[in-house]
Amino acid sequence: MPAASFLLACDAVLLATAMAAIAFGRVEGAHRAVYGTALVVSTAIAAVALGYLLTAGGVPSDTWLPLGLPWLGADFRVDPLAAFFLVVVGAGGAAAGLYGLGYGSHESAPHRVLPFFPAFLAGMNLVVLAADAFTFLLCWEFMSLASWALVMAHHREEGNARAGYVYLVMAGFGTMALLLAFGLLAGAGGDYGFDAIRAAQRPAFVPTLVLVLMLLGAGSKAGLVPLHVWLPLAHPAAPSHVSALMSGVMTKVAIYGFVRVVFDLLGTPAWWSGIVVLVLGAVTAVLGILHALMERDLKRLLAYSTIENVGVVFICLGLALAFQASGMGAAAALALTAALFHVLNHSLFKSLLFFGAGAVLSATGHRDMERLGGLIHRMPQTSVAFLVGCVAIAALPPFNGFVSEWLAFQAILQSPQVPQWGLRIIVPAVGGLLALAAALAAACFVRAFGITFLGRPRSDAAATAHEVDRWSLAAMLALAVGCLLAGILPGLVIDALAPVTLALLGERMPAQAGLDWLSIVPIAAGRSSYNPLLVFVFIVASAALAVAVAHRLGSRALRRGPAWGCGFPDPGPVAQYSAGSFAQPLRRVFGTLLFRARERVEMPAPGSVAPARFTLEMHDLVWDRLYMPIASGIGFAADRLNRLQFLTIRRYLSLVFVSLVALLLVLALWP
Amino acid sequence: MIADLLVQGIQMLLVLLLAPLLTGFVRKVKARLLRRRGPPVLQPYRDLLRLLRKEAVVADGASWLFRVAPYLIFAATWVAAALVPTFAPGLLFSWTADLIAIVALLGSARFMLALAGMDVGTSFGGIGSSREVMIAALAEPALLLIVFTLALLAGSTQLSTVAGFMASPEVGLRVSLGMALIALVMVAIAENGRVPVDNPATHLELTMVHEAMVLEYSGRHLAMIELAAALKLLLSVSLVGCVFVPWGLAAPGAGAAAYPQGIALYLAKLAAAGVLLALFETAIAKMRVFRVPDFLGAALMLALLGTLLLFVSRSL
Repeated sequence: MPAASFLLACDAVLLATAMAAIAFGRVEGAHRAVYGTALVVSTAIAAVALGYLLTAGGVPSDTWLPLGLPWLGADFRVDPLAAFFLVVVGAGGAAAGLYGLGYGSHESAPHRVLPFFPAFLAGMNLVVLAADAFTFLLCWEFMSLASWALVMAHHREEGNARAGYVYLVMAGFGTMALLLAFGLLAGAGGDYGFDAIRAAQRPAFVPTLVLVLMLLGAGSKAGLVPLHVWLPLAHPAAPSHVSALMSGVMTKVAIYGFVRVVFDLLGTPAWWSGIVVLVLGAVTAVLGILHALMERDLKRLLAYSTIENVGVVFICLGLALAFQASGMGAAAALALTAALFHVLNHSLFKSLLFFGAGAVLSATGHRDMERLGGLIHRMPQTSVAFLVGCVAIAALPPFNGFVSEWLAFQAILQSPQVPQWGLRIIVPAVGGLLALAAALAAACFVRAFGITFLGRPRSDAAATAHEVDRWSLAAMLALAVGCLLAGILPGLVIDALAPVTLALLGERMPAQAGLDWLSIVPIAAGRSSYNPLLVFVFIVASAALAVAVAHRLGSRALRRGPAWGCGFPDPGPVAQYSAGSFAQPLRRVFGTLLFRARERVEMPAPGSVAPARFTLEMHDLVWDRLYMPIASGIGFAADRLNRLQFLTIRRYLSLVFVSLVALLLVLALWP
Repeated sequence: MIADLLVQGIQMLLVLLLAPLLTGFVRKVKARLLRRRGPPVLQPYRDLLRLLRKEAVVADGASWLFRVAPYLIFAATWVAAALVPTFAPGLLFSWTADLIAIVALLGSARFMLALAGMDVGTSFGGIGSSREVMIAALAEPALLLIVFTLALLAGSTQLSTVAGFMASPEVGLRVSLGMALIALVMVAIAENGRVPVDNPATHLELTMVHEAMVLEYSGRHLAMIELAAALKLLLSVSLVGCVFVPWGLAAPGAGAAAYPQGIALYLAKLAAAGVLLALFETAIAKMRVFRVPDFLGAALMLALLGTLLLFVSRSL
């Protein structure tokens, strides 16, 4: 059985599960069947896709189904790019299924989640498998709607209905942009197969327009600034394992769409397209992580951090575009490998972190960090897994986030060889912004872990929390192990990505498998190398040595006592640093300008018994300056047009007559 | 192979043994400049031994992370410090991590330290951690831009290669290198918590950063953290030394005879850096915390300018 047919069969199983869940969603234990199926099927998908990626040597596998438009049917194809993203989707789906086995039993309205979960998974798989524009768009829209239904699962909770509405509007806008992009790609002839699009000759303005439309369409789904506004609303609104899928996996499907069209279908890009993507990516990365730093809702913080990571991926894609346009194949392969590696990494640690946030939510009932704290004592295993996720996403060695970030820096260091001046000046600035985003991410996740899991509990719920069930823990620990493995054995991942870059760019990074000590060398050993395995071994060995020496030669004695705190009497957990106060120094540095953050302290006069007050005011300028004017403009136009609803029959008839005459005139005058 | 391993081992032990000495030396010179007699140069060793022998007092609410963090911080800093060339470049494991990875290893240590500061749940720990991450968020981009400058010139991010290139005659005087040097020194001062950014000698003051994070530590845990801080200072000096004063490094393949000379010159470099640091610290006042972004912003701009100059013209 060819790979494509097998994968389609897997998706058929998922869709059948969705249908069955509609009927039996309320039955006791239905969640076990649904999530168990999702786990098994997604694992199979990931395994088959990985097997294809490693063994097929880039030969595509096709399947045609007589669905959709009768004269067209539906084309599906697995090639290296699709296979890589299927691995990401499959692994994410399997982890979410495993987590759901335990987490799903807390669900208050299972019939609102269970049918859509496998449907959402199937939708994401099918987008990646689709090999003609019609099927692609249909599956894309199916994926959007299934995830929308999941966002609306708890529609009575405050804010969720608005989140769903904003998501629906933005998803519709994105699909419209994609529709136009594919329309332009297919041209007047209208052959929607990807093969025909790839071979077609196009006028010069088309690639430009298609790139812009793809940035709007795929970018809005991935969360590029300024199209990101729906993401921090919608991702946290869904149940946590779905949030993990939306943030960790669906944004990757959007990136897949961008890569498929821009790198595969469009042909060699113009050199300036790299600049556009680079700048958008850098702005997205920095703004996303700054928003995350200011956020006190744990799940929204994670959603904003997703925006940052999408920015990082787009920085790498922009570099790849720029190098490709200048004919620097090896550098382009390096940048594209960095982008895809980061896609894999982000899907691992973001799913892990959302699972952790879901565990905290189910254990305490709170997402607001100001009500959490001290959970490391109550939820030891969750806290270890969450800590691994935090270190990994903060791009610190020896975990996986650092490897892709390191590859990105190595790609940036290739840029002085590009011939265009504009690029040469932009790239170091982008490199600085990438480093800034990484450093801010470290700050952000010190804060996220420190406020949530460390310190003393800030509410009764946090003080009495319990560790979550074994399924959820298994999912989190499996992802944590994945983060470590991808971090210390990156050579294997880089080699697995070689067929993808070969298929898209005709180049690949040097093979890493045969290098001594499993080191990674992006270009040449004299230029740069990094050996995370040895670094990891060194750290573990020196830490063990330090422990041994300190305990053997020094003292083993340990005494518990009250906290010292410079001798001040302990005023209780309220006096701890909170999420807001932790972010205050960085808010003063960056927020005054970017968020118009204003702090106001009202101190009553001495002797007065009135309470002192501290108020903080922040604005999302993208929302205020871009979306509110558009929304009020649409509202204004709608108000004006509303009058058309209340006309007399006479006026309606004259309106019909006038428009008829106008249309006829147009027809008559048309050349 | 065995000889290489031995030299690598000597390097690891050397940085570990010299780190407290450098800290003690700087303290001594500072005290002499202030017309105090000051503690003996060997005092940091005695402090460390004393701390190791004492029992550790751990706050009631502290978790396992509080007890594990000091060892991890020490290990990451030690590995990073041992990977920077001190007396000879091109050692057995010097290709394990390039400059970017060394910077990131220090980042890992800082991540754990900031978390450890928040673990007990006192306001002092929080204030230290929140300021530390603010300083790091500004210092790290500057540091990476400096790395860019060096890597663009030397064509490598490998410190041994960079050191070899900087010692070669083709470098000459360059504007961008001057900017990178100034920026690197500024960043190193901030990263090590020295005056004017932070005061390593202060306690019981709201202005402290590093000391506030480690306020709850005692005994062997504090010894690990103090040793890590000393190692980090040594690393910064070695980094500036091997990149900007690369002369006297034993050339790879020069044989064992070159090593004593390399070590002697390394000690001289450390002494010179220690005197300069002490002079600078006594001559300048500590700045307010919210002036630190200006200080580091200047470093960032200098580093960016240096890199841009190189992107524009390879000869500047």
